[in-house]
Amino acid sequence: MDHLTYIAASYALGVLIPGALAISAFLRVGTARRRLAAVDTRSRRGAMR
Amino acid sequence: MYRVDARSVVAPPAGAGRSLHRFANPGQFMRLSGMVVPWLATGALVLTAIGLVWGLFFAPADWQQGDAVRIMYVHVPAAWLASAGYAALAICSALSLVWRHPLADLAAVEIGPVGAGFTALCLATGSLWGKPMWGAWWVWDARLTSVLVLFFLYLGHIALVRAFDDPVRGYRAGAILALIGAVDLPIIKFSVDWWNTLHQPDTITLTGAPHMYIGMLWPLLFSTLGYTLAFAAIVLTRTRAAVMERRIRGLLMARASAQEPG
Repeated sequence: MDHLTYIAASYALGVLIPGALAISAFLRVGTARRRLAAVDTRSRRGAMR
Repeated sequence: MYRVDARSVVAPPAGAGRSLHRFANPGQFMRLSGMVVPWLATGALVLTAIGLVWGLFFAPADWQQGDAVRIMYVHVPAAWLASAGYAALAICSALSLVWRHPLADLAAVEIGPVGAGFTALCLATGSLWGKPMWGAWWVWDARLTSVLVLFFLYLGHIALVRAFDDPVRGYRAGAILALIGAVDLPIIKFSVDWWNTLHQPDTITLTGAPHMYIGMLWPLLFSTLGYTLAFAAIVLTRTRAAVMERRIRGLLMARASAQEPG
């Protein structure tokens, strides 16, 4: 295969950039879900008092 | 201007575009996107893997470009998503300006970094393709320059929507920038027809038969569809996170105002 370095670099970027975006999105939604659950519970407790 | 409170994440403001709000309010969005995202993510993984493996190992080399043509299976989907992502950003901006749709604001903010990522991928893979074919990493060609302008428009949007203390002002400023920047999309599309460029003209059009061998077209379609599903899954996931973060801020603000004396 000729120009292998260029091809390998392109495919690496083609996996890394969308992969990084996907992983950061899924981590962010997980963090938000946990924080929301914690805040929601505290708000309900506060409202009941 | 609407206030960001606990209620605003589930009940958009009343008024024009009420039917649109009914079908796309954040509560409805969370339910629908929660069902759709796993399917999009699975489809994206499968189709992209098929497209890339097919393109890398089984598709034929080009008679002129040799194996360097395999860069196309990453570059073309990235180029398509750079433009399509910006079109989606402009549509969300129009919805935001016309109907003051809270979900459109959040979606526009979340499309920006994803679109910028895919535009960077398009520019980087274009450069990696250009070096062995043209002998240069970069040329100030109309197509390349207009895509670089698109990248800067994305960066400008990302910075502008975060530049204000009041997020609503940031959304409005970003929406105006996105709509003005949309003029770059037809320039990108027709740059290869309007100017003499090193970049090749369109190989696939909606109206005509593709000027490409079918053995190369199929893996390209697979990778393009796969990357498109990945783009949609990432944007929806980020928007889901943004809706939840907004609800957290609303709950905290509501609690703080309830605890204020008097």
